[in-house]
Amino acid sequence: MSGLTFLIPIALFMGAIGLLTFFWAMRNGQFEDLDGAANRILIDEEDDEEETPR
Amino acid sequence: MTAPTAPFPDPATMEHGTLSDTRLTVPGMRCAGCIAKIERGLGEIEGVSAARVNFSAKRVAVRHDDRLDDDDLVDALRHLGFEAQAVADNPLAQDKGDTKQLLRALAVAGFGMMNIMLFSVSVWAGADGITRDMFHWISALIALPVVAYSGRPFFSSALMALRYRRTNMDVPISIGVLLATGLSLYETFTGGEHAFFDGAVMLLFFLLAGRALDATMREKTRAGIGALLGRMGRSASVIQPDGSTRRVSADKLEPGMLMLVAAGEALAADGVVEGEAEAALDNSMLTGESTPETVTTGGKVHAGAINLMAPVHVRVTAVGGDTAIAEIARLMDEAGQSRSRYVRIADRAARLYAPAVHSLAALAFAGWMIAGAGWYQSLVIAIAVLIITCPCAMGLAVPAAQVVASNALIRHGLLVKDGSALERLAEVDVALLDKTGTLTLGEPRPDLSGLSPIQKSITLALAQTSRHPLSKGLVAALTAEGIAPAPLSDISEWSGHGISALHAGTPVAIERAEHAGAVMASALRIGDERKIIRFHDPLRPDVRPALNALAGFGIASTILSGDRKDVVAATARDLGLDGLGAQSPADKLARLRELAEAGRRPLMVGDGLNDGPALAAAHASIAPGTASDASQQAADAVFIGDRLMPVALAVRVARRTMAVVRQNFGFAIAYNVCAIPLALAGMVTPLLAAIAMSLSSLVVVGNSLRLAGAAGKDGAK
Repeated sequence: MSGLTFLIPIALFMGAIGLLTFFWAMRNGQFEDLDGAANRILIDEEDDEEETPR
Repeated sequence: MTAPTAPFPDPATMEHGTLSDTRLTVPGMRCAGCIAKIERGLGEIEGVSAARVNFSAKRVAVRHDDRLDDDDLVDALRHLGFEAQAVADNPLAQDKGDTKQLLRALAVAGFGMMNIMLFSVSVWAGADGITRDMFHWISALIALPVVAYSGRPFFSSALMALRYRRTNMDVPISIGVLLATGLSLYETFTGGEHAFFDGAVMLLFFLLAGRALDATMREKTRAGIGALLGRMGRSASVIQPDGSTRRVSADKLEPGMLMLVAAGEALAADGVVEGEAEAALDNSMLTGESTPETVTTGGKVHAGAINLMAPVHVRVTAVGGDTAIAEIARLMDEAGQSRSRYVRIADRAARLYAPAVHSLAALAFAGWMIAGAGWYQSLVIAIAVLIITCPCAMGLAVPAAQVVASNALIRHGLLVKDGSALERLAEVDVALLDKTGTLTLGEPRPDLSGLSPIQKSITLALAQTSRHPLSKGLVAALTAEGIAPAPLSDISEWSGHGISALHAGTPVAIERAEHAGAVMASALRIGDERKIIRFHDPLRPDVRPALNALAGFGIASTILSGDRKDVVAATARDLGLDGLGAQSPADKLARLRELAEAGRRPLMVGDGLNDGPALAAAHASIAPGTASDASQQAADAVFIGDRLMPVALAVRVARRTMAVVRQNFGFAIAYNVCAIPLALAGMVTPLLAAIAMSLSSLVVVGNSLRLAGAAGKDGAK
């Protein structure tokens, strides 16, 4: 039974972290442009010459 | 545009290097390549410090210093190959904050639900004594803030309804949640056996999921419509006393100002033409008439008209609320009020449902009291009745079906503004269609059959240099044929008459031709040879199948147009419909009222500003994406592209959606019929309530998902 005194706070703490992360992501505009994010992965970055020497 | 001579710079932005943000809507971006092209292309311009595309909203936000203004950015985007328009705030997107609020509430409810469920499972599994009490206390500590935070949307809406002595879906929800929380608190304090915290929070979670879906759908379609808005001139170039020009937004114009209206620009205010210029104006937004009107010095011009020819000077006589457009806006406001009286199906259900459930719970309490069960047990049973009958499935039934249907419609180029619009679309039984821009494309398309390849190539080279709508039509048609422009020199545009140039030493020109009846035409001159190019405004390619599809749903169509009677009659005969021509906005309204009084539910499809009041008054309305801003805002739905079929598709999908909603309601009622006797008998434990609630929600959502394919693979064929 004494395990509960650790496990319950840990469970609640982890849930709270998830909730706070979601709030942070919303405030940070992570959900502003979902379609754009899906498309941006297809953009080639080859123009940034000094960063990606090949 | 004489951009670098910013005449009266704002003192605040005088300092070099002050950065400002401009938002532009770019409806044409479609792929990852467009994002990269726009962001890189704008980033290379001197004075731009950052450009960020929002692909979902089809917008780009540009941070730049004061050397650049809106027009420069629009020009830059045009060079990149995108039509763009600077935007103020999107008037439709104001409820964005609501969606975020709902999502936060949903996240909090989800967090609470999962953790409370953790403890509830232990309690159901047999925890008792001090462990159970502790779990109840922790649940209470989680549930109280969660209910207080996540329940707010329901509580405030229920309060609002009660204040006006009405009831809506939120009243039984709020009462159920508050009573369940209160009773569970009592149980916790007294070390009782059952606590309903999980039920209360789960109820909030499922209902919030429905609300959040509803709000997201509204936001998505409105962002789509917002991207189409703002193509019409909301600002004007005003000529300063010193001869320079300055961009002034429409609401800051004053009578007496002198506007310079460029070719292709819309007038932002009523006025009188000055100078020796002769202007040709496209009044189709106001009247539906497709033939341009010629106005000479001293002639009156109205806001919303588009200048087709050379730039003209217009002295502003009336602005804002005094313009001819404002009269139409007033009609629209009045007409829209009848629609706001429409009661959504969920609230209609609540009107019957809420009193039934509340009296049932009261009866249960009274019955058990009489049977001698004691007030505590009677109260527990009454609350169990409230929780088990809480319209969880009902709260999801409507939004789930509508969201799935509206996503299916978006894929077919139809943006429905909200759920209420879908409900009303499903009920229409007669259709009224505008002609210009609705049945037809609303753009002049040239008849190029009589031209030789070399003539075509010269025409293209000449037309490319002009922003006149007829020239644009020529360029579009010739580019589509794969014609390459001929090399020209000495190109000059004569104001109001045409474009001339030299091709291999021969003078060539596109000139204004005399109007041949209702037909628009231009003349191509090469040396001494003169050739007339006729333009017409073709019907949308699938008008007939779309009208047939509507007829197949039992919806008869009538043409209701502001264009001349003979033109309307010809089109109507061609399509085998009834047609009414020369209808003013008030006439259209009157016709709609007649239909409404006869008990019909008309669907209005129109694009012009003159259709605005009718769009607002009709039982349901649809506008094409090329329609005026006001019309798109008045309409329930907007369809994009050349095809008319989305109109028929909208009706079909709306009807199927309502069928699914009714099935969902049917299921919710059947579920209640089974569950209420158990609750009345006092046999509902928190475990049973939780299982029943989740199960009914899943069934409703699953049933609604069937609508995903409702629009079909290739439209309503």
